[in-house]
Amino acid sequence: MKKILSRIFLLLLFSFVFFAAQSQQRFPKPEFESGYEQPTPTTPEPRSAGMEWADVFVLLAVLSMASWLAIKKRSRKGMIWLSLFTLIYFGFYREGCICSIGSIQNVALAFFDSGYKLSLTVLAFFLLPLIFALFFGRTFCAGACPLGAIQDLIVINPVSIPSWVRKTLDFFPYVYLGFAILFAATGTDFIICRYDPFVGIFRMNAPYIMILLGVAFLFLGMFFARPYCRVFCPYGVLLNWMSKFSKWHMTISPAECIKCKLCEPSCPFDAIEIPVNEKERTESSVRKNLKRFSFYLVLIPVWILAGGFALSKAHVFLSRANPTVYLAEILITHPELKTDTENLDIQTFLESGKSMQELVEEATLIRNKFRRGGWYLGGFLGLVLGIMIMNQFTMRKQEIYEPHKGNCFSCARCIDYCPVEKKK
Amino acid sequence: MAENKKLDRRDFIQKGARITLGASLAGIGIAAATKASAEKYVWQIDPFKCTQCGRCATDCVKNPSAVKCVHAYDLCGYCDLCGGYFKPGANKLETGAENQLCPTAAIERRFIEEPYFEFIIDEELCIGCGKCVKGCGAFGNGSLHLQIRHDLCDNCNECAIARVCPSDAISRIPASQAYIIKGNFTETQES
Ligand code: SF4
Ligand code: SF4
Ligand code: SF4
Ligand code: SF4
Repeated sequence: MKKILSRIFLLLLFSFVFFAAQSQQRFPKPEFESGYEQPTPTTPEPRSAGMEWADVFVLLAVLSMASWLAIKKRSRKGMIWLSLFTLIYFGFYREGCICSIGSIQNVALAFFDSGYKLSLTVLAFFLLPLIFALFFGRTFCAGACPLGAIQDLIVINPVSIPSWVRKTLDFFPYVYLGFAILFAATGTDFIICRYDPFVGIFRMNAPYIMILLGVAFLFLGMFFARPYCRVFCPYGVLLNWMSKFSKWHMTISPAECIKCKLCEPSCPFDAIEIPVNEKERTESSVRKNLKRFSFYLVLIPVWILAGGFALSKAHVFLSRANPTVYLAEILITHPELKTDTENLDIQTFLESGKSMQELVEEATLIRNKFRRGGWYLGGFLGLVLGIMIMNQFTMRKQEIYEPHKGNCFSCARCIDYCPVEKKK
Repeated sequence: MAENKKLDRRDFIQKGARITLGASLAGIGIAAATKASAEKYVWQIDPFKCTQCGRCATDCVKNPSAVKCVHAYDLCGYCDLCGGYFKPGANKLETGAENQLCPTAAIERRFIEEPYFEFIIDEELCIGCGKCVKGCGAFGNGSLHLQIRHDLCDNCNECAIARVCPSDAISRIPASQAYIIKGNFTETQES
């Protein structure tokens, strides 16, 4: 039906411009005598919109299943099968696209570019996992994320990472998230998609260097479990926030934790919180910590200002990632390149008839966006850093073994280690 | 009692944060939904902007590229000396590979009647380099042009060619009308 409609549309279009254009052809269309019939160009249809909605439906089903497996059924085995399905469906069949991680950029661009048309299905991919995380924890990571699945299934010999290293690495996803939004919002690039290490493996086709990166990640992932999730994933930041306050997060023990320590080594991601020894908490240590805590609390505005200032200063450098800015800049600093016939971008620009002034105006506009964005991004990163440092001095109260609600992927591995019987 | 109070407070904070997060999600969702469209969008080349730079052949995530040459027969002059088929200065108007512009010999030249020839693109062979398009545009009617073929295209979240296209020729268009085939006209659609 759509095919016919588009044909009709094209036909109308053809007849509309028929007379105007006829005279401009160099060689008139011949009048054939042999009864030759002119073929029409074929137009193979894209994957139908209905199929995109089917994907949303599959995501919803997988999310529900993962949440049920983690919280009600408490089955690691089931979760493995579900990950396998996700890997095959969202990974290899759908070739890792569209994914919730990348959808951050579409949503960001929609907010900053009024001309951008955001697909409702993409919005659904962005929202559904976050909504689920708010209720059930990061069950998306456990069973519905193809990137998570491919990393999770190859965890062979995970090593425990010292806590200070982990806490330092925790900062990077924020940086990635911030830059992804900055680049998307300025219409520069979709870096999450471009540097997705696994999409090349899902497609079995990518630039050599990206395949290499993917394989390197997988290899590293055998020992440092889920490296992409823990050090890079920008969507993980949002999921972490949601999950931290989730209503029904999975628990290690089906009933009361008896502090047997059996589950302690079970988590490959070091996401289990270990009880704090209350005896170590002396009057003086509490006071000392409180002092430091307040000191760093007061320091937070300084971090924000410093971050914002630094990144807004860097806007000239950052904006070079944008092709328009880059072109304008190189034409100004190296006018001799105009004669370089090898440089496609410059030659195309020179032939396009666009004036230098127009280009510079366009570039300035984008660069200003980067300056403003630099303030926001730097401020945000300063805030995150400030809070992270301040949190070093909170007195954590932890009485039982339980998953860290923010960092736990709800993969359900630890459940099998708990000897406590389920209450009937 | 003190223990209870502490628990209550913790619950309260959790609940408050949950509601705040939920509300902001809803806010983002609603605000984004007002900008969203139920229509599916796909990437396509505007043949009137394309300058045949050659990047379509090299930068698509697919190998060979999802971009292929399309022949708008309506616009074709069926020339014997096809500027898209023969190299400029080809010494013989023969189908020998040394005379052909196409690096993969993807164009079939078929005799119809004196002096007309039909040219057919073999999409299996075409790599979307646009050499023929350039030739046809320079010496002929411009009936050959590049299009993203949607049976091959993955519809990447961001088209890898769009990012590097020097002419800004690639953009998203509604999937219900997924091609910009040159018709019997040589100006842009709007004009
Ligand atoms: S952290 Fe990111 S990549 Fe890892 S499973 Fe979660 S969403 Fe996927
Ligand atoms: S990259 Fe742009 S200008 Fe170059 S061939 Fe493709 S559409 Fe044409
Ligand atoms: S010259 Fe290039 S674009 Fe034209 S048919 Fe051959 S491979 Fe395709
Ligand atoms: S959207 Fe992806 S597959 Fe399609 S033409 Fe662009 S790069 Fe190639």
